[in-house]
Amino acid sequence: MNVYDLLPLIPGIPLAGFLVLALAGGRWRRGAVAAAGCGTVGLAALLTAVVAAAFLRAPPEGFAATRTLWTWVAAGDFAAEIGLHLDALSLLMIAVITGVGFLIHLYSAEFMAKEEGYSRYFAYLNLFVSAMLILVLADNLLLLLLGWEGVGLCSYLLIGFWYRDPANGAAARKAFVVTRVGDTALLAGLFVLYGKFGTLQIGQMLHAAPAVLGSGSAAAALVAALLLGGAIGKSAQLPLQTWLPDAMAGPSPVSALIHAATMVTAGVYLIARHHVFFELSPAILGVVGALGAATLLLAGFSALAQHDLKRVLAYSTISQIGYMFLALGAGAWTAAMFHFMTHAFFKALLFLAAGAVIHALAHEHDMFRMGGLRTRLPLAFWTFVAGSASLAALPLVTAGFYSKDLILFHAWTSPHGGPWLWAAGLAGAAVTALYTGRMVCLTFFGVAHTEVSHRPGVLMSGVMVVLAALSLLAGFVETPHTLGGVSVFSRFLGTALPAPAEPHAGAGAELALQVAASAAVLLGLGAAAYAYLRQPPWFRQLAASSAAAALHRLWSAGWGFDWLYDRLVVRPFVGLARINRGDVIDRLYAGLAWLCRTLHARLSETQNGLVRRYAMGIAAGAVIALAIVAFL
Amino acid sequence: MTTLPMEYGLTLAMVLFALGLVGVLVRRNLIFMLVSVEIMLNAAGLAFVTAGMRWGQPDGQIMFLFILTMAAAEVAVGLAIIVRLFRQENTIDADATSKMRG
Repeated sequence: MNVYDLLPLIPGIPLAGFLVLALAGGRWRRGAVAAAGCGTVGLAALLTAVVAAAFLRAPPEGFAATRTLWTWVAAGDFAAEIGLHLDALSLLMIAVITGVGFLIHLYSAEFMAKEEGYSRYFAYLNLFVSAMLILVLADNLLLLLLGWEGVGLCSYLLIGFWYRDPANGAAARKAFVVTRVGDTALLAGLFVLYGKFGTLQIGQMLHAAPAVLGSGSAAAALVAALLLGGAIGKSAQLPLQTWLPDAMAGPSPVSALIHAATMVTAGVYLIARHHVFFELSPAILGVVGALGAATLLLAGFSALAQHDLKRVLAYSTISQIGYMFLALGAGAWTAAMFHFMTHAFFKALLFLAAGAVIHALAHEHDMFRMGGLRTRLPLAFWTFVAGSASLAALPLVTAGFYSKDLILFHAWTSPHGGPWLWAAGLAGAAVTALYTGRMVCLTFFGVAHTEVSHRPGVLMSGVMVVLAALSLLAGFVETPHTLGGVSVFSRFLGTALPAPAEPHAGAGAELALQVAASAAVLLGLGAAAYAYLRQPPWFRQLAASSAAAALHRLWSAGWGFDWLYDRLVVRPFVGLARINRGDVIDRLYAGLAWLCRTLHARLSETQNGLVRRYAMGIAAGAVIALAIVAFL
Repeated sequence: MTTLPMEYGLTLAMVLFALGLVGVLVRRNLIFMLVSVEIMLNAAGLAFVTAGMRWGQPDGQIMFLFILTMAAAEVAVGLAIIVRLFRQENTIDADATSKMRG
């Protein structure tokens, strides 16, 4: 038996877990539900490990394995198969999804232990993992779309998990509707692609793209732009980023799994998978980079002004995905995927540690009401610091440093990049360090404001320690030339993604870029520590000034995008809906009904019960009939 | 035997029919309305007989026999309804009994 025959089981087992939990889980004990929910994903992770080991030891022919299960849709010339495609890119994705997903399931088993809807929660989570695996393993775009919509559905269901609060339902709807804008673009992209290629097989399309579309053609630009539209919706990039901060209404492990580690990076995967289209249209590739640069800066500044710990992390996620888009825009596909991997580790860790803190403080989200937790929750503190250091890209010792450094290096040297992208990334690194430092200082240092009610147990602690280790160590699979030049990761991904253009910078320039990036990070961290630990008087005065307050309001509201969309889209739509409450088309049918009722009323008046009137009617009718016969 | 011109018979039938119709329309007493209906039926019968005479056919007279039978049945049913109505409503005024309006 070939090891790649196990491939369909990887998304299949979590799907089976979902079905079982959805149908029978409500009657089970909590322990059984947790075992089923975690077990299926754990099994998927185990199978992924087996497949990955086989892939690394003896790569399949062409570094890709495909398994077609059955034909899903066959209509005329069109056929879509349930086909799974494994190459280095999808292997990386499924490894992160099942690995981090399994850890988060374990964490959830303890985190959600006292919540109602325990089996519902694990059923949704299993469905999510399955849909996400289908998304990254799909060998045609229609199946990819199935996974794409599946993760969107699960995101909706899990954001609104605590559905008794209407605000959570509103956040879920917002997430669903805003991402729907991007999904519509993706669907339009599918139609255009089918029109051009006559197939939706990703491999065939990528192979034929240079011949069919042509370099720099309008068709290539259209395809790339539509795919980009889908990607920015799912990955919460400018201008569709507004849903992600509100998505924090869901449970913390959900934020960690869906809104940090996996689903929101689906857009990055989509672009990396279809990189050929983007290479054929350099203009759209430039847009990708510019959007990423703008997003990472805007979201970074927004994160600086948040009070809610999870909202800081949400804006930070938007900002970090901005880095991935920046890397994609620079044509550095491997750098984007490297940052995806490290980000999945450290951001999942940060969300889980934040969840532990919030859990310990009886659902207190406001950082200004935390403080002093360093000694009371030492494990959460140390793991959170590990994740924060990786997020802030603390030089040399963290995974985030190596992935971000790779992105900044390519942003400078790539023919698609340039000083502007690099400068935006550098400024973003400083801002990231600043808000990370602020977050750590406010939460764990200073005076305690809220009592700790209970501490995380073994399961939650264990998961956080494992992720903390990964956040620190995962970076050493790819180091710059100046620091050893390990290139395990890029050689691995090089079998699926083209290597970026040979850098035109020497070791000296590389070192200079690293020093600049490290200096920016240390500057940001130092400034945060100085401002929030020492709290110098001038800083308080500055914070109290009216200009700072106005800026704080702007950043706190995420640059007013919600306000703008409310005015531009939501209110006009609600207004139109109000005007059209009695549907205009319905008026026609209402009129018809009114006519019938009126005629009925008039005619029923003639039924007056007076028998002589009836006789009169008959006589008059007879006279008229006779007159017609006689005179016409 | 001299034959009457057909016009005479038909004119008489027409006059009778009109009288009966006017009776149905203007009388409110149900007995009189029933009588007026009888007059109209007989007018129709006369028209049949006249037409049969004109063509030298017996069909007109046969038809009159049918009309007689039918008229008898109709009067029987009609009188029964009137008796029932009188018992229930204590009136035989057609306009006073309009319970079956729509």
